[in-house]
Amino acid sequence: MSGFIQLVVSGLATGAIYALVAVGFALLWQTSQTINFAQGEFVMVPAFFVLVAMKVWGLGYLPSIAIGLVVSALLLGAAFKGLVVEPMLRHGVLPLVISTVALAILMKESVKDFYSSQAQQFPPIVEGTDIEFLGAVVSTQSIAIFFVALGAVALLNWFLSSTLTGRAMQATAQNRAVARILGVDVDRMILYTFLINGLLTALASFLISPIYLAKFTNGETLGLAAFVAAIVGGFNHVRGAVLGGLILGVLDNLAASYVSAQYRAAVPLIVLVVVILFRPQGLLGRVEERSV
Amino acid sequence: MKYLMKSFFVAAMAMAPVAAGAQSTIYIPNLAELSGAGAVSGTNWRDGIILAVEEINAKGGILGRKLDVPHVDTQSEASIARAQIQRMIDNKAYVVLGPVFSGSVLPSMELTKQAEIPQIMGGEAAAITQRGNPYIFRTAFGQQVSMPKIANYMRDGVKAKSVAVVWVNNDFGKGGRDAFTAEMRKRNIPVVADVSTESGQVDFASDVVKVKNANADAIFVYTNEEESARFLREARKQGIRAPLIGETTLLGQKVIELAGEAANGVKGHVGLTADAPVPALQEFGEKFKKRFGYANDHNGIKGYTAVYVIKHVTEKIGKFDSKAFAAALHGMTIKPSDEPGILMEATWDKNGDIDRQSFLGEVVAGKQKIVEILPKAGL
Repeated sequence: MSGFIQLVVSGLATGAIYALVAVGFALLWQTSQTINFAQGEFVMVPAFFVLVAMKVWGLGYLPSIAIGLVVSALLLGAAFKGLVVEPMLRHGVLPLVISTVALAILMKESVKDFYSSQAQQFPPIVEGTDIEFLGAVVSTQSIAIFFVALGAVALLNWFLSSTLTGRAMQATAQNRAVARILGVDVDRMILYTFLINGLLTALASFLISPIYLAKFTNGETLGLAAFVAAIVGGFNHVRGAVLGGLILGVLDNLAASYVSAQYRAAVPLIVLVVVILFRPQGLLGRVEERSV
Repeated sequence: MKYLMKSFFVAAMAMAPVAAGAQSTIYIPNLAELSGAGAVSGTNWRDGIILAVEEINAKGGILGRKLDVPHVDTQSEASIARAQIQRMIDNKAYVVLGPVFSGSVLPSMELTKQAEIPQIMGGEAAAITQRGNPYIFRTAFGQQVSMPKIANYMRDGVKAKSVAVVWVNNDFGKGGRDAFTAEMRKRNIPVVADVSTESGQVDFASDVVKVKNANADAIFVYTNEEESARFLREARKQGIRAPLIGETTLLGQKVIELAGEAANGVKGHVGLTADAPVPALQEFGEKFKKRFGYANDHNGIKGYTAVYVIKHVTEKIGKFDSKAFAAALHGMTIKPSDEPGILMEATWDKNGDIDRQSFLGEVVAGKQKIVEILPKAGL
């Protein structure tokens, strides 16, 4: 039983990080029909922004994290929108998807060439100490990751539902033409979405890198996991993406322990297939109808 | 016709320096894991080679010829390693250096054997030298040598009555796990958990839970460097209290750097280390750090000594003859008094296995501390 609790707690912590990334997927899709296959690399890169600030410029942890957040919002948010999404999206979704695949490769190889191909130590948000809970030893690091990640999602949810800008963003997501008629600055709302995605992936990066170590290949695992989480939960629903992330994190751990470490990577994909077969809109997603 | 003759003359003049240049260098390519899961090992191995080559070339090379050592990345993929080895053979390599991962050595060494070119590599899987290949040579212990030492330490040093094994599911890890469990059987120590992990794995939460639930007296961790560091961090996170015992890959400098505080208390057998109480190894460690700005692990020493093996054997046979090189190295003992670059006395047997002294170490306050020197195994 103690082992099961440990697996669930640790899975929830990883799942909360998947959730952050999956929320970014969902937001981009809702506001701009963008599927970003470089999302995993968007999680990998911010850790290196922080490492550059710490190791090259000699700054402390917190100033480096602040720089990491700002640079991520600018490069992975605004620059990504202006240089990749806008020029490609007018040619359809497929060219954009291919562009993000190319961007993923470019980012991965750039980190390898300009920083290092080796894994790097990344400082944790809190130092890990142990807490006894129902016979299981639970790490404070896992608990901190879980609450920081879900706290960020809760804050985002509050922002979207309780502020004027947030509601304008939701209006943009639901119907761009009507939002424009109602006086919403649609382009600005879309830009905000990209900035938020940049911040979410940066936060995910700062939470996961102390466990996975910062390495140029980290995006491969994270991108796929978050993409599956977003589909399982519902691609057009923020809370669905959160649920999908948490389910996936826990399931991944349980599968590795009780099924097989070798087949663990297949389990989320099997869940994805089952969800697509029986509930294609995802667990919390809405059915979208489109006229052609 | 006159134009044709002129063209031949110009071409011949243009090629002359190339031919002269080709004669003044000797081609010894290095194949290493410079990216992918083996990047830590491969980069150390490459940098050790660079250091040795710079030293040797600064003193005029070997038999008057400078060393031409290009470094080629396997990306930690066996298929790429095999393709690159073929190119090296086609370019008439004198000796091939690398790779480090056993999984890349095993498929590529058949090609060097067919071409009768010696291959001095960093792989440690027992199977490498059990295939009757007269052209393959180790720079570190094979698992058939290191595992009995670690098994004795488990029985006599740790006094473990049961053990759990965590291993990486590649040729290196599988070979080590098989050799270790066989040694445990011989000593009547049951293996109560046998946990296989994947190369490049990032999340070890479930593996640590499995090991923890087994309640073994000691845990033997046999994974590559980055995975070892991730495992140690997760083990620390989940409060594992059983001693974590390993081989050189668990106590390496890079693992200590990546795992941070989680590496403290780890113990095990170390084949090569710059922290050993051997002045030549310590001097090497300082030179390495000065040149590359980071502390080397055992792979740095392996790469460095590999180049000096080439120098010593070639000067001994007095010519650049790949077949004669392989024949001469079998049964040879190289002492630091004869070749300082070898750092520690080493002997190669008829299979290409290496024998030298080794160490028992422990990580204390973020540093590897050697607690005992073990004698040569006597192959």
